[in-house]
Amino acid sequence: MNDKISFIIDDREIKAKKGQTILAAAQEAGIYIPRLCSKEGLSPFGSCRVCTVLVNGRAQASCTQPVAQGIVVENSSEKVFQIRKQIIEMLFIEGNHFCMFCEKSGNCELQALAYRFGILAPSLPFMFPEKDIDASHPDVFIDRNRCVLCGRCVRASRELDGKHVFQFVGRGPERRIAVNASADLKNTELESSDKAVEICPVGAIIRKRVGFKIPVGKRLYDHEPIGSDIEKACT
Amino acid sequence: MKKEMESTVKNICRDSGNDKIHLLDILRRVQNQFGCVSDEAIDLIAKSLNIPRVDVESTVTFYSFLSKEPKGQIVIRLCNDIIDRMNGYDKVAKAFREELGIDFGETTKDGKISLENTPCIGMCDQAPAALVNGEVVTYLSTDRAREIVKILRLTGNPKKLVQRLGDGNNAHELVKSMVQNNIRRAGEVVFSLAESQPNIALEKALAMSPVEVINEVKTARLRGRGGAGFPTGMKWEFTRAANGDKKYIICNADEGEPGTFKDRVLLTELPDRIFEGMTIAGYAIGAEEGIMYLRGEYEYLYNFLEATLEKRRKDGLLGKNVMGKKEFNFDIRIQLGAGAYICGEETALISSCEGFRGDPKNRPPFPAQRGFLGYPSCINNVETFCAVLSILDKGAGWFAELGSRGSAGTKVLSVSGDCQSPGIYEYPFGITIKKLLKDVGAEDAMAVQVGGASGQMIGEKDYDRIICFDDLATGGSIMIFGPQRNILEVVDYFMEFFIEESCGYCTPCRVGNVVLRNYLQKIISGKGEPSDLDFLQKLGENIKAASRCGLGQTSPNPILSTLKNFHPVYAAMVREETEGLQPTFDIQAALRDSEAITGRKSVLFIH
Repeated sequence: MNDKISFIIDDREIKAKKGQTILAAAQEAGIYIPRLCSKEGLSPFGSCRVCTVLVNGRAQASCTQPVAQGIVVENSSEKVFQIRKQIIEMLFIEGNHFCMFCEKSGNCELQALAYRFGILAPSLPFMFPEKDIDASHPDVFIDRNRCVLCGRCVRASRELDGKHVFQFVGRGPERRIAVNASADLKNTELESSDKAVEICPVGAIIRKRVGFKIPVGKRLYDHEPIGSDIEKACT
Repeated sequence: MKKEMESTVKNICRDSGNDKIHLLDILRRVQNQFGCVSDEAIDLIAKSLNIPRVDVESTVTFYSFLSKEPKGQIVIRLCNDIIDRMNGYDKVAKAFREELGIDFGETTKDGKISLENTPCIGMCDQAPAALVNGEVVTYLSTDRAREIVKILRLTGNPKKLVQRLGDGNNAHELVKSMVQNNIRRAGEVVFSLAESQPNIALEKALAMSPVEVINEVKTARLRGRGGAGFPTGMKWEFTRAANGDKKYIICNADEGEPGTFKDRVLLTELPDRIFEGMTIAGYAIGAEEGIMYLRGEYEYLYNFLEATLEKRRKDGLLGKNVMGKKEFNFDIRIQLGAGAYICGEETALISSCEGFRGDPKNRPPFPAQRGFLGYPSCINNVETFCAVLSILDKGAGWFAELGSRGSAGTKVLSVSGDCQSPGIYEYPFGITIKKLLKDVGAEDAMAVQVGGASGQMIGEKDYDRIICFDDLATGGSIMIFGPQRNILEVVDYFMEFFIEESCGYCTPCRVGNVVLRNYLQKIISGKGEPSDLDFLQKLGENIKAASRCGLGQTSPNPILSTLKNFHPVYAAMVREETEGLQPTFDIQAALRDSEAITGRKSVLFIH
């Protein structure tokens, strides 16, 4: 049985396995599709929409959309770029992101995406919402000002740590990450070694007492834009 | 009290078999019993169902009829949708506030009565209306509002508010509601069922093979009546063909689209026939179980619908060997919602049936492949099941001849707003807006919203267009706006609605709609610039393209369709800023905090 299929992405024909997502197939071919909620090892979620591509002209999230024989995918057209850029800006304005004194700076995927997309300041007006912080846990804190609601922690705690520390509560603009306790993070089973902690793409879940340990110049995204590793792997 | 709560909650959970898929039922009961689902109740439920407490909390905080904070024994939910606002919502709201001495979102000091707003409750043809616990009160006036509060204070019993019963089955002893059907035009397909003999269609279907039934529906070219118009026969075929030990047929009775109330009337007048249609669909796709997802706002119909099901069971029309057909076992249960527009989206509806918050699911897999509990599931609208009966009764050819090219049959419309005769109208597809406006007594209409908030607003130049899937599609909502209305206010209300009802899962819908509304309000306040119109257009298009489900894919429509059809209204509100100033910047507002802290006024920027 031939379970290989081929499709076009930005004028390039690539091979993929049946059942693979567009994002994963592109990655194997050395094509980076920007993403935030998607993370290898976690089930696809499709919430941030940063990985939006056009499939035969129609917008789809490439992290949840499976490949199909002969589809034509746009990953680097102007239209796709503008949609993604606006989504990234939305994530900045709905929270309170102060990169200049955030521990995650330089290792933050949202910040790195902004640089990759040339966003120096969002063109949308800031919302300056009031968000809360939970510093009750001895080793980890949550700063919801920086949360992008990607749900990585929700999935990682369940799928990798075998716990249920995080979940979404509320709806619409009130949607937020809650912890599995009637009180605070310290009342949950969370340990600082949990995958759910390190998997946060932004500075919303942070280990205490390690902030700013990595000097500027040695941080993850100090020298090359996010996604460069994927683009280099196959060239 | 604590002990009592513990045993009550435990009993409620046990009644539902301590099964987490019944979480929504459990939460509804706890809410009704205690006026809230408190942290203690959440802990108890989580323990009984053996699920994480945060998962329980996740569901509680999603639905607007559930709350962690204590509510009064009686909750008055005044509908604040656009039609109610046009019919005197403001005055009625003021009367409630004054009579109760509280504001919206508050509870009287004695803990007896809470006052809240709620979006469309499906009573636009008898607005303003409100829900008082499960009871519906309609045609509200300021006097009536004050009287309602007095009666509630005196008796504590919302049932006492029903003084005059509505028509048809609204007067049925299990309904006893003051709701009116307002059926103005009974058409050939749906309301003709009232005259046809029950269960003939089911008998005919059972005499055929399931594949023949599906072919009949395909030949009739029936398309889904919820609004999207997917071919029903194909949906059945996909579900039938999908691999699965079990299959489910689900009736979407969660009409929440502002301005839609036709399913409410069908559920009131034709419940037996709807269940008959579900049974036929169950037979066709190979399901043994059906679920009717009934919106929480229609709880007043619940006992009546349950009794209808019970009678069908007694008559051998549900249960083992339906109508004597060997090896066809089929039964139906009703799942009540709890106040969430998004649950009308079929994958969100499935999440809700499973006891979760109503977040839509990723597609693929589609429900026909993996739906309720992972089993192949077919979700159809209430009206679709009615159409199936007529197809089997009168023949697929007869049905296909009705209506317009591409849209066979009839459509039941819910008409409300500025017209003489709001109510229910069933027409063959293909009717022009002009004809409809003449029939409902609204020939001076300035604008018509076709398809609810998620549809489109059209003006006079489009009144020759027709209602059908390929031109003006609608799930049934038609809202009419007379020349005295302010279009931008209507649009602003729709945007407020979508922001409230977004599940918040994906970024473009959660954030984008808020940004859209902020820009709209900037324009409404007279501070808009011509470039803001281009911005609204582009942002709206991006939200539509990038959102995850139908809500976000349609939520910019009020803005986009009015930008297209009522451009002069926007153009008149914006002006080029020539002095290089930012018109939205308000120096006084910016200084307010500092002035408060320092305790003195600015000497440079004098008020």
